[in-house]
Amino acid sequence: MAEQNCLVTNDWICGEYLRTRSQELTDATLQHVGITLASVAIGLAVSLPLALLARRWRFLAGPILGVTTVLYSVPSLAMFSLLLPFFGLSVSLVVTGLVLYSLTVLVRNILAGLRAVPEEARDAAKGMGYGPLRLLWEVELPLALPALLAGVRITTVSTVALTTVGAIVDYGGLGTLILDGLDTTFKAQVLTASVLCVLLAVVADLLLLALQRWLTPWTRAHRIRTSRAARKAAVAKVAEPA
Amino acid sequence: MNAITGAYDWLTTGANWQGEKGVWHRLAEHLYFSGVCLAVACLIALPLALYLGHIGKGGALAVNISNVGRAVPTLALLILLTLTPLGEHGDAPTLIALVLFAVPPLLTNAYLGMREVDRAVVEAARGMGMSGGQLFARVELPLAYPLIMTGIRSAGVQVVATATLAAMAGEGGLGRIITAGFNLQNTPQVVAGAVLVALLALLVEGVLVVAGRLFDPMRRSGGTAH
Repeated sequence: MAEQNCLVTNDWICGEYLRTRSQELTDATLQHVGITLASVAIGLAVSLPLALLARRWRFLAGPILGVTTVLYSVPSLAMFSLLLPFFGLSVSLVVTGLVLYSLTVLVRNILAGLRAVPEEARDAAKGMGYGPLRLLWEVELPLALPALLAGVRITTVSTVALTTVGAIVDYGGLGTLILDGLDTTFKAQVLTASVLCVLLAVVADLLLLALQRWLTPWTRAHRIRTSRAARKAAVAKVAEPA
Repeated sequence: MNAITGAYDWLTTGANWQGEKGVWHRLAEHLYFSGVCLAVACLIALPLALYLGHIGKGGALAVNISNVGRAVPTLALLILLTLTPLGEHGDAPTLIALVLFAVPPLLTNAYLGMREVDRAVVEAARGMGMSGGQLFARVELPLAYPLIMTGIRSAGVQVVATATLAAMAGEGGLGRIITAGFNLQNTPQVVAGAVLVALLALLVEGVLVVAGRLFDPMRRSGGTAH
């Protein structure tokens, strides 16, 4: 009975809530993870060709970076609302909005990574008879991987946070629980969902860090260089869309 | 697209601009929240960051605070604050959340700006016999200026965007036009509100870019990298 009370007294921390609503929490978390994964994956699939275009034709670099930066300044509530006439109240609306936000950081990082590939490495591969595609896939992309993955980490963490705003169209994962909790002034639900959301961001970041170390073992010898690059990236854009 | 012509009609209807729920009133609320909070955040973050940058300590704090900020969902913090006793004091949750979200970019950029100043230049200024204060005012601050302004711009856009989300927690601002549109299932109003908010965010960004250029202390001597 004592435990039952925390639901009645509306405490911030409530074990009974976790026990009775675990299904609801799991569903919301899975939706959150799904939306984040889809957004980052599509974001990568869109930004890689954009970065390649911007590198191939210099005159395209300005417009591509400019447009993605402008998109980045649009507040998330407005972004999702602007897409409403095109997608209706659907999960693709939320994913599209999040993809548009991911482009700035991803395109910039991929482009910076590709531009930092040493000319000697490129020349050596060409001398060995590599064609443009093989050069890209086997030499340039692996060398650009640290910068690319740094971008993916930033994007993933902010996407986890931004997904919550999708609650406005009912596809916000944990954000939907947070917003419901406001309507019913159900404190345990708001706090639990918020904490889960932050945990999700931290876990995703750590997993990506592990992936980065596993995929790019050679960078550990150059720790100083990569950390400087990461700091530069942090300087370029430290604020997130809200 | 029905919703788009509908949004145009909504925006060109005079009645939607007047009164308590009209665009002008919401815009005033939005600018009031944003302006006050950006000023308060600057007063908190800039002196601290510039001092830490000058003495060269606290770098981990300044950098990590912005990484933590990225992981905290704006909406969650806003709603958590609304449900605390602060929520009974009207605007307080919004104002606090806005300040909290503006501080990290200000702190990080101002600190890094101070630290990225070429050490050789700092040593040379010391060698010329400049005191700590002179070094700060005549060398470090002007050279750090572009990054400090980048921070203010990020913070400004952040604050305008967050003020939009305040509407989801029931506070005022332009976002209320969007959330009210959702509640009335009035898509043209949602789109009209979103257009207004997006334009305001871009306008604020533009104004801050121009202001940054106008006040650049290095402008006359050939400009900076930014």
